Amino acid sequence: MAADLEKLHLRAPWQDLTTGMMIHEGGTSAEFNTGEWTAVKPHVKEEECRQCLLCVQVCPDSAIPYNGNERVAVDTKHCKGCGICAHVCPFGAIEMEGF
Amino acid sequence: MAKRDRLSGNEAVAYALRQINPDVFPAFPITPSTEIPQYFASFAANGQVDTEFIPVESEHSSMSAAIGASAAGARALTATSSCGLALMWEELYVAASNRLPVALALVNRALSGPININCDHSDSMGARDSGWIQIYAENNQEAYDNMVQAFRIAEHKDVRLPVMICQDGFITSHAVENITLLEDEEVKGFVGEYEPEHYLLNPECPTAVGPYSVTDYYMEAKRAQAEAMKNSKQVILDIAKEFGEMSGRNYGLFEEYRLDDADYAVVMIGSAAGTTKDAIDALREQGKKVGLLKVRVFRPFPAEEIAAALSNVKAVAIMDRADSFSDHGGPLGAEVMAALFRARSQAYAINIVYGLGGRDVRVEDMEQVYEELERIDKTGETGDTYRYMGVREQA
Repeated sequence: MAADLEKLHLRAPWQDLTTGMMIHEGGTSAEFNTGEWTAVKPHVKEEECRQCLLCVQVCPDSAIPYNGNERVAVDTKHCKGCGICAHVCPFGAIEMEGF
Repeated sequence: MAKRDRLSGNEAVAYALRQINPDVFPAFPITPSTEIPQYFASFAANGQVDTEFIPVESEHSSMSAAIGASAAGARALTATSSCGLALMWEELYVAASNRLPVALALVNRALSGPININCDHSDSMGARDSGWIQIYAENNQEAYDNMVQAFRIAEHKDVRLPVMICQDGFITSHAVENITLLEDEEVKGFVGEYEPEHYLLNPECPTAVGPYSVTDYYMEAKRAQAEAMKNSKQVILDIAKEFGEMSGRNYGLFEEYRLDDADYAVVMIGSAAGTTKDAIDALREQGKKVGLLKVRVFRPFPAEEIAAALSNVKAVAIMDRADSFSDHGGPLGAEVMAALFRARSQAYAINIVYGLGGRDVRVEDMEQVYEELERIDKTGETGDTYRYMGVREQA
């Protein structure tokens, strides 16, 4: 059904869009850059981080990915800047930038 | 074989719903539509239907549940009246814009205030721009017949819009009339199985219903919705034709009663049309050329067809069982007058608000309307084109 999703683009005439603007494909939210909704972003002081992964668990947007037992770079395309990660970090390793 | 019975309008609609055997029916009671889910609940309890009947906590919830069920792939409906419909307001638009073929059995009742439980059309007329198809009934037979046709119209691939099947509170919903019912098998065959192309519970194709549409897409979505409403007119006629072949009862977008050669016409919706037909019969005996155009389908509005049907009348009274408080007229008046203007009609036209909150309409009242139309035609003086009928005035 990916063909339906391909219809949803900025040059599509109304006749070509899906009925009721339904999207017939899973996981498409990843393609939407919701990270631009905020100017506030977490900055990780790598030297302070002990890889406890608490931030990974509390992120409401799954915007702090991990690989094995290691946190990897924050997904700023989807981070909404809520700051929960900075609040729970036991080591003060995350600072919110852009306030 | 058709079966004769005597049923109230609510019983008739509940009977149709048993025969349709929908998948999901969430409901919250409100006078005068309460009996529809009440009768249906007994059908569900007795195992006469396979329907998931959900008693919910409000009308906001009943329409939300119907929408959710419909999005999931179920044939879903609910019933309500008046303030119940008002509480569904947000969901009405959601059902229409998400193109979900939900049905709503609406029993027309006045909106508060002053609080009143009797018939007028202020509830459904308020929802006239929500994107729902609206079909109205004059009597119990029509309420039953319209309900049987509802899902076929809503679910048609060129339409995919929710449909509101309206009847007049108490006047038809609670009055018992002789009625001809279809056999269960006939209705089952006519309505058929609902097989949506896309639905949430399809594991083969994950689907998002109602995603956010930014400015770049919203207007295209609305344009497509407008096209679906445009398409529905022919679908309503096609389904009515098929229904007529099965039942022997024929329906169009509106009914013309002795309108062919009429000089003076009334346009109205709902049960008072029966009263008007009696007035017409009496006046025709006196040689008066009077007729009626009874609107069955208000959304989509058959503007060109109505203007064509009225093309030879000299004066027309458009009767509104709801006021728009526009200081200009009621909703039906506005639509019909716009249709007449576009067709360059030269007929005199007045708009009369009547029957609010269950105010009775008598044969004599309608005879007076025709007398007034004749006076206007003879004198060329329309007087106020927006007026009330049947209201006490200072002497």
